[in-house]
Parts: sequence; C-alpha cells; structure tokens
Amino acid sequence: MQDPIKVIEVKESVFSNNDREAEALRQRMHDAGTMMINLMSSPGAGKTTLLSATTRALADEMNIAIMEADVDSDVDAHTVQEAGAKAIQLHTGGMCHLDAAMTEQGLAQLGFEGQDLVVIENVGNLICPAEFDTGAGKKVMILSVPEGDDKPLKYPLMFEVSDLVLISKIDTLSYFDFDKQKLERNVRLRNPNARIIYLSAKTGEGMDEWLDWLREAVREWKA
Amino acid sequence: MHELGVVFAAMDTLDDIAKENELTRISSVTMRLGEVSGILEDYFADCWHWAQKKNDLLRDSELKIERVDAVTVCNDCGRTYPTVEYGRVCPYCGSDQTYLLRGNEVEIKEIEGC
Ligand SMILES: Nc1nc2c(ncn2[C@@H]2O[C@H](COP(=O)(O)OP(=O)(O)O)[C@@H](O)[C@H]2O)c(=O)[nH]1
Ligand SMILES: [Mg+2]
Ligand SMILES: [Zn+2]
Ligand SMILES: [Zn+2]
Repeated sequence: MQDPIKVIEVKESVFSNNDREAEALRQRMHDAGTMMINLMSSPGAGKTTLLSATTRALADEMNIAIMEADVDSDVDAHTVQEAGAKAIQLHTGGMCHLDAAMTEQGLAQLGFEGQDLVVIENVGNLICPAEFDTGAGKKVMILSVPEGDDKPLKYPLMFEVSDLVLISKIDTLSYFDFDKQKLERNVRLRNPNARIIYLSAKTGEGMDEWLDWLREAVREWKA
Repeated sequence: MHELGVVFAAMDTLDDIAKENELTRISSVTMRLGEVSGILEDYFADCWHWAQKKNDLLRDSELKIERVDAVTVCNDCGRTYPTVEYGRVCPYCGSDQTYLLRGNEVEIKEIEGC
C-alpha cells in the first residue's frame, strides 16, 4: 500500500534555511574572535578602492583578510593583495549574490584563524545580496555620489538591512545633483538606525570616521 | 540570474522540511511570490523546472505560484493603496511616511508529499 499524501502548511520564507546556516556561521566566527563584514554596493561604487585604502591604513593594527566575490576574474583580489591584505577570489559562477554556504566554503579556503577582520566584497548589485544573509557580523553598503540620493527609495531592502551606509566618492559632490539632506531623509525612511558616513578613498575625507567605526566593530566583536 | 539563486535557496529549505516531516517525495509546492519581491514568476518557473530535474525529492513535483499584490499603508492617514500604481507617496493625503504592508513575500506556502 502506498503512503497517503500529506499536505503540510509551511509558510516559511525560502531564505529560512540560508538564515539558519548564516546564524551558525556567525556564532562560529564570534567564538573564534573574527569579525566578518559583508560589503555590498552596485558595481563600481568603490568597494575595491576602499578596501585597498583600508588595508593600507590598518595593516599595523590588525590582520585583515578579504574574500572577493564580485566578478569571477581575480583582478580585485590582486589589487587588495598588493595593498597588503590576505585575499582570495571566490568563484561564484555568475551568481548574483553570495549565500551562507558559499561564504563558508570561501572561509574554509581562506583560513580565517588568527584574522581580526574578514571583509566580503559581495557581488555588485543592490538587490539579492540584501536578501541572503552571509553570516557576517555587520552589513555595510556603499552608495556612490554619482548614483544619486534617491537610491534608498528604489532599493529599500538594501538600506533596511545595512548597519552602516557609506556615501563614497564625496569628492565628486559638486558635479552631481546629490542632496545630502534628501539622502539622509530617504535613508531614515527605510532605516532609522543606520549610521551614515561620507567619504572619499581618493582625498581621504571621512576615512578616519570609517576606520574608527571598523576598529570599534572589531573591538566589540571580541569583547 | 537572481531567480536561480532563489530557487536553490527554496530547494535547500524544502530538503530540510522533507527531513523534518519524513517525506521522500514532494508532489506539489505552492509558492507565494510578492508583486514587488523582485522575482519574475516566469523566470522563477523556468529555473525551477530546470533545477528540479537534478533533485530526487522534487523531480515530479508540480509548482504552483500564488501572486501577492503589493499594498502600501500610510502612516499619516492610515489608508492603504496599491504600491505599484502609486509608489511611495500616499494618493489620499500626499504623505511619504508610508511602508509596505505586503508584496515582498518569497514564501513556501504549502507542500504535498509522502
Ligand atoms: N573620484 C573618486 N573615484 C573613486 C573613489 N573610489 C573609487 N573610485 C573610482 O571608481 C571606480 C570603481 O571603483 P572600484 O573600487 O573598482 O569599485 P567596485 O566595483 O565597487 O569594487 C574606479 O575607477 C575608482 O578609481 C573615490 O572616492 N573618488
Ligand atoms: Mg571591486
Ligand atoms: Zn541573487
Ligand atoms: Zn495618507
């Protein structure tokens, strides 16, 4: 006799399995004392440039490792390696985001023991990286000035999930119709708790504020 | 493509659900997809049909999709309105203090299996 067909009411987000894996990974990294940051943005917003400048600035203070997931070529991994970071290129096979399982594989390949900070340069898009928890302790997004101050309205989830919003390329502010007040209002509508830092990896403006935020995040994680 | 990643995520979650409920085959899966979830139903179905061929649990399962219309609620006047038609600004009072009530779902609603 065949088993009767069961109807099961699930009512679960498709992301719940990934969320569980991410939570376990976060716990493991917490126990190991390694802070992981998930860095997200559109392509070209300045992730690699910022990571290179950050690595150079903090090289004497902490061990930094970077996992490059944006595009399959290893150009970005070489760039941050030259700046002094331990780095690997993940091969995401054209995937538009990184999930917790892929992150875990990357970490195993990287070996995060002894690292104070691991940063994921996530795939360049503002949609699904926001939906897939990677297991990072903090989520940071970059919005560059040329992209405009209305992006929080178009990609609300990305702004909702981010702990910190970096406004990059602030050196170009005078060339674009980018209104800081509008931006802040638009971010607040989606996420009243997000911290906003304006910076330029080119001129160094705002870099100290960002570096202090990072130091504090690492210190808190290990506490 | 975004939908493929979401299909893989859904299949992972379904694997777990099947284990919990001691199912060896799932004969149907009903998904709820929000109008502003960023998922295109046709792409989702295409990815699903491609991926299910490689999945013993789901090989013969039927995919049913329920669309959830997006609705926004206004904090100032308390009324609700269709999100896609009016966007972020309340058509009744002009306020932009609005938030999405539903329409963002990417949810497994129900499965049948044995
Ligand atoms: N003017 C200016 N250009 C920048 C800044 N940061 C990055 N860029 C430029 O933006 C482009 C893309 O940067 P990249 O770091 O590769 O972006 P990614 O795709 O997010 O990693 C490069 O040409 C950088 O030189 C900045 O602070 N100011
Ligand atoms: Mg890059
Ligand atoms: Zn994706
Ligand atoms: Zn209203």
